[in-house]
Amino acid sequence: MTDSEKKLKLTVNGKEVESAPGEMLIAAAEKAGVLIPRFCYHPRLEPVGVCRMCLVEVKGPRGFTLQPACYISVSDGMEVVTDSEKAKKAQDGVLEFLLANHPLDCPVCDKGGECPLQDQTLTFGPSESRFVEEKRHFEKPIAISKLVYLDRERCIQCDRCTRFAADIAGEALIDFEGRGGALHITTFPDKPFASYFSGNTAQICPVGALTTTPYRFKARPWDLEQVESTCVSCAVGCQMVVQSSENEIVRYLGIDSEAVNQSWLCDKGRFGFESVSSAERIPSPYFNEPSGMVETGWSQALDAIAKALKSAEPESVALIGGSHMANEDIYAWVKLTKGVIGTDSIDAQLDDGLDPKIVALSDRATIQEATQAKLLILMAGDLREELPILYLRIRSAAKKAGLKILEISLSETSLSNEAEVSLRYFPGYAEELVNGLFGAEVDPQFFAGDLQAARALVSSVDPASVVVVGARENLADSSLDPERAIAKLLDSLVGSKFLSGLRRGNVNGAIDMGMVPGLVPGRGQLQDGNEALKAKWKTLPRKVGRNSREILESALRGEIKVLFLVGADLISDFSDSALAEKALGNIPMVVGIDSLSNRTTSYCSVVLPATAFAERHGSTTNIEGRVSTLGKKLVGFSLSRPEWMIAVELAAYMGEDLGFESLHDIWGEIQEVSQLHRGLSIAALGAPGAKEGIVVPLSASKVQISNRRVLDPIATPGITSVGVSGPPSSSAAIPGEGDPVLSESTYSRQRSKLLELLAHDDRAKAGPEADNFALVVSKRLYDHGVEVMSAKHLSELVVPSKGRVSPKGWERIGLNGSGLTRLQGNGASVELELVVDPSLLDGVVKVEFDGALGEVSKLFGVENSTSRVKMEKV
Amino acid sequence: MSRFTKEMETRAFELLALYPEKRSATIPLCHLAQEQNGYLTEESMVQIADLVGTTPAEVLGAASFYDMLHTEPVGKYVVGVCTNIACLLQGGEELLGHAEEKLGIATGATTDDGMFTLEDMECIAHCDHAPALQVNYRFFGPLTNDGFDALVDDLSAGKLESEVPPHGTLSRVQRKHPIAVPLEEIVRHRRDSDAKEGERLAAKAATEAKEGSN
Repeated sequence: MTDSEKKLKLTVNGKEVESAPGEMLIAAAEKAGVLIPRFCYHPRLEPVGVCRMCLVEVKGPRGFTLQPACYISVSDGMEVVTDSEKAKKAQDGVLEFLLANHPLDCPVCDKGGECPLQDQTLTFGPSESRFVEEKRHFEKPIAISKLVYLDRERCIQCDRCTRFAADIAGEALIDFEGRGGALHITTFPDKPFASYFSGNTAQICPVGALTTTPYRFKARPWDLEQVESTCVSCAVGCQMVVQSSENEIVRYLGIDSEAVNQSWLCDKGRFGFESVSSAERIPSPYFNEPSGMVETGWSQALDAIAKALKSAEPESVALIGGSHMANEDIYAWVKLTKGVIGTDSIDAQLDDGLDPKIVALSDRATIQEATQAKLLILMAGDLREELPILYLRIRSAAKKAGLKILEISLSETSLSNEAEVSLRYFPGYAEELVNGLFGAEVDPQFFAGDLQAARALVSSVDPASVVVVGARENLADSSLDPERAIAKLLDSLVGSKFLSGLRRGNVNGAIDMGMVPGLVPGRGQLQDGNEALKAKWKTLPRKVGRNSREILESALRGEIKVLFLVGADLISDFSDSALAEKALGNIPMVVGIDSLSNRTTSYCSVVLPATAFAERHGSTTNIEGRVSTLGKKLVGFSLSRPEWMIAVELAAYMGEDLGFESLHDIWGEIQEVSQLHRGLSIAALGAPGAKEGIVVPLSASKVQISNRRVLDPIATPGITSVGVSGPPSSSAAIPGEGDPVLSESTYSRQRSKLLELLAHDDRAKAGPEADNFALVVSKRLYDHGVEVMSAKHLSELVVPSKGRVSPKGWERIGLNGSGLTRLQGNGASVELELVVDPSLLDGVVKVEFDGALGEVSKLFGVENSTSRVKMEKV
Repeated sequence: MSRFTKEMETRAFELLALYPEKRSATIPLCHLAQEQNGYLTEESMVQIADLVGTTPAEVLGAASFYDMLHTEPVGKYVVGVCTNIACLLQGGEELLGHAEEKLGIATGATTDDGMFTLEDMECIAHCDHAPALQVNYRFFGPLTNDGFDALVDDLSAGKLESEVPPHGTLSRVQRKHPIAVPLEEIVRHRRDSDAKEGERLAAKAATEAKEGSN
């Protein structure tokens, strides 16, 4: 028996309680139904014992003494009394002290109505204060960042926000200043709390000291309605509640899901809700005529599209996008395009991801497995910029549990400090480096880092306990090199698992549903055939279609007649915007289906308004293959419709019947045609114990339905006080009870070498050159994409991007002081501010994707070899 | 000039080398910065954060806890008058009142010429010389009003330069000689004692397990 399995017994208020070594008394008592009041204690933070609210009587050698329950761990035979006169008097006294300086401005405080200080004062506190002196005063409130306001008078110094910033986010940008009565939270002068995770501090603040700018004075908690949902701003799939007032979303709060986000959200996810009510929403269908926008009705718009489809050959119809949609929408569109029209040229990725075969055909890991792996290999760029909550999970696993990380990247990332070994490679040489990891000779001019140590690290662990996180780090290079490197890693480390680093909303679900060329729903290959599909679909594409880059390239040759752009802002988001611009002008019928106007909608012949997040039901799939539900809280905006409905309607105008009328129908059909989803019924997905989602295939998820932490009103104030349409406030879900039993899935993966599925990389490669820099282009969290720019408060956080260059390169360009540089390549020229980055190899320049508002993507010339740019001082 | 000078930087690295954890050098480095500038400037807190691998906010948080570290500019001489019980009984409050008058400033303020900052102090352990005060942590007392005036005049005239260095200078962080015990030895000793502790715990656990099985 290991330590963690050992059980011990203690007595709380005369009741025997079972617990495990290391557990804190406050948690053990809570499990036994005894709620000890608390402020500083938070189940996801290290105990600190500063607020003293949880004083209880614990029996020791000198009899019962008062001790903080959040700061002592349980021991066998411990005797605890939480409701004695002495304990109550102590709690009374602590509350009186906490309130001594608290302004009691509850009527104008956003926290009023969901405030742990209010609630616990009512339950445990004295009704009167003996304190008559003047309370302390501070200027209130002060903005500690563009998203968070701090009211120091309300603060009770519980240390939650500062512990979160230092321990969880790893950015101690706020701290206590002063001592005793003068103690208050502060940022350093001119260094605001600019963290990607700042909103979490407001979420866990037990008083109204920290409030978020978008929510300030927006609503009163008792007027809010809420529904549980899954965040789709990236592909981690954080569990959250959507809270609304008068058909407008006012905030998101993170739910404590053990498997996924452990109660945290990133600021992009948390504050992205403002885009739902943005002025950029498209109200009704319209045609883009030479004379300008002409509003029209759904029937005229759909009729025009159906006519264009009738006269088009199947191969001349294509679809790009869809990664933001729900699984059901995706399936409907896949069925329409592949199963009715008969084209395979549909791609949910915008040439910024990986070959879908790697994602679909590898053994997949969960986040939990990744954090508990013996070795985690990162080949995914900077996770903090792309999948922020996955970054938090991996960071804390490395810090607290000693997770070993081998990082293979083009430059330093936020996780480089936690990595056991960091290897750098020259763009285009990932595959060589991975070969080198398994013993091949490497040419040192293309690499940096301790390869010997990396080899030793890899050979020291059981390959089956390795997890590889893979994504596309460099948009300016063909995806083939990283794909082959990832495939080589997974093939060589027999039994290792893959965690997808693809970041776009539901892109992993789109791959599972076959919204990529060559695949069909259920991670199956088109060429393998599928009997169930043949029964349900009218037709199947005759050959494997084109990916999004190939679609645009063939459009240049006039081979595309109808192109659907489903939530795809190609001009802003496609890695080669020049190609996108030219191609779109050469397609007779471009159908834009989107909820927000963007730079691409003006290129569309007809635009159809889609409903946005929280305006529709459905399900989504995250990087693990975890299917979880999307909640609907709002009435759809204006004439907008969910995308599945558009597909069904369009089919009807074409004289076809997709065969479903509701999301239930669609999910039913998904279960029939996709072995991957077999056994996962809608009822199972909606079960109380399955709220954090279920990983498909079912046979792969050993813990099929995990029991989510009970919603904790003191850990996350506001999450249960809003009970109108949410779960009951103390819905202690009993594992298994009420959950429909999941049937065993029949999904089995055809094992083959991944590397054999990929093309050979026979491009001519070149190493570092003196004046021809290899271009590395990576994504960042706050970019000029439509999602960020249409959310008012997020858009203010977008800063001009900078370029990075090695110290030697800096010297060679002749820069000193100012780094303003002109980059020239692929016939385009862009001016950027450069800074020195010693982690870059010589001859490399790294730029953020939307640098100079997307101009950077014009520098790409990806087809033949790594993009190169010349640089000169401005 | 508020970042470390070359010479001070050398001393900063010497201090950093003393600690297995760089963060442990935060307070000594704050003293060093204060010795150079008289108080902790924002730039020096940023530099210290860089040196010890933390954030400026954490350096400010740590520094602001301690009364001996000043995050606002102070005079060349920081005069702290004790108003704790022994001095209070001997006229400490009156002495502080007189000091305010003599210097022409309120408690907590600095004279316009940047020479004096006046503070009231809790017990400075100079009770046998009450009412006492300290100037840059050098003790004076017992002091009458006239004695205080004389002290201020002497300080202003520079007569006490050798006794009272400018604010911030602490002999304790000024290391004239190399570290007495080489760092390797400290590390080795640490390792040995850790190993011993490990053995002791293992032995204890073994005995307990044995007892448990009986």
